[in-house]
Amino acid sequence: MRRVFLANNTNELWDMLRQYPEAAIYAGGTDLLVRMRKGICDPSALICLERMDCLKGVREEGDQIFIGACTSHTALLADPIVQRSFPVLAAAISRLGSPHIRNMGTIGGNIVTASPAGDTLPPLYILGAAVEIMSMDKTRRLSLADFIRGPGHTDLKPGEILAGVWIKKDQPYNIFSLEKVGQRKALAISIASLAALLRVSGEGIIEEARLAWGSVGPTVTVSKEAESFLAGKRPEPGALGEAARIAMDAVSPIDDVRASKSYRRLVSGNLVLRLGASVDGNSPQPAWLPPAD
Amino acid sequence: MKIRFCLNGKNLEIETRPDRRVVDLMREDLGLTGTKESCGSGECGSCTILVDGQARLSCIMLAAQLEGRSVTTIEGISGEEGLHPLQEAFIAHGAVQCGYCTPGMVLTSLALLGRKPCPTRKEIREAISGNLCRCTGYQKIVDAVKTFASERKVYQR
Repeated sequence: MRRVFLANNTNELWDMLRQYPEAAIYAGGTDLLVRMRKGICDPSALICLERMDCLKGVREEGDQIFIGACTSHTALLADPIVQRSFPVLAAAISRLGSPHIRNMGTIGGNIVTASPAGDTLPPLYILGAAVEIMSMDKTRRLSLADFIRGPGHTDLKPGEILAGVWIKKDQPYNIFSLEKVGQRKALAISIASLAALLRVSGEGIIEEARLAWGSVGPTVTVSKEAESFLAGKRPEPGALGEAARIAMDAVSPIDDVRASKSYRRLVSGNLVLRLGASVDGNSPQPAWLPPAD
Repeated sequence: MKIRFCLNGKNLEIETRPDRRVVDLMREDLGLTGTKESCGSGECGSCTILVDGQARLSCIMLAAQLEGRSVTTIEGISGEEGLHPLQEAFIAHGAVQCGYCTPGMVLTSLALLGRKPCPTRKEIREAISGNLCRCTGYQKIVDAVKTFASERKVYQR
């Protein structure tokens, strides 16, 4: 029989980890329990963090925002700080899984799962997020980009948990864009995604661009080359087309059950072209809209 | 291990494996077969239950996680006087075809109506976007929820 422990606070958690160092840790269970069911992993004990209230919520500290690792996606979507300061993150979360998955899954879980298709990762990369890692005797902080080591691999060491994410509150951008391409709108694992933050001047010139692609490489793909190319240019087809070409070289997608390598590469470039529409305030709408009330 | 929780309004203490999936606990141990299992991996919504009023997937929840919670399954929403008025609305609108997704659809809709008594069609569609219907009955399901919400007094007994 596999033991399951519910930790209510850090003292209980460290006790459990001391007794069962081999236990797998989960919060929402939307990834781990699926992998267990498929026989991909078979931990001898489980520690569930869903009741760790100290790791839930969003709070301001100086010029930083701290998001507790066990905050559910639904709670984040409803949070005024997230809505106001990080709309690109809110947009990504609104496309993550389904309402049920968002009720259960947490931002910390999405990060430590480190899936190439993890929906919160591209926006967190371009927001310059840092993770806070906690163990019984210390906490440490490192950039998200350094934390994610590869598909399913992070820098988390035995005895450590992810406590949360730090994001600088004032982001120097005035336009965001979030595109997720999947086989359907809900419950779709992304085939390719692009999170973008731009600072566009009153004259319509891109002063700074941050771009991150998901699902088209072992981890999030960034392209300093595409970002610096766009700086100083207008978001017009010519410049965006060149940035798209740079992006297609930057990504390293694979063939899998959801899409081919070449399709993913093409889409990674085409999503850059859509940035023009975000700047115009005319984000592409879905072709089909539900009837108005 | 012993787990204590409230199931459909009744306090319950049950001896079970802590890693028993909640869907198995409901269907096999407690005989509440209204909760369906389809994908077993959190992708279809058939196994939806309400935990403290929030729609969750019982196929990716373990029994231990129920400790102290309040759970509602489809069996818990109808009373001795008959079906829940939302269920009546599903029937009235032909929102049931094979019926397999229906418990999940009804519970998910009830959770929505709990936090938003008069949702728009778009909000209903978003709320049930994690519940797959393979008889393509979404339109009638949305009609049923929308009508129930706007004409609630008609259904109230």
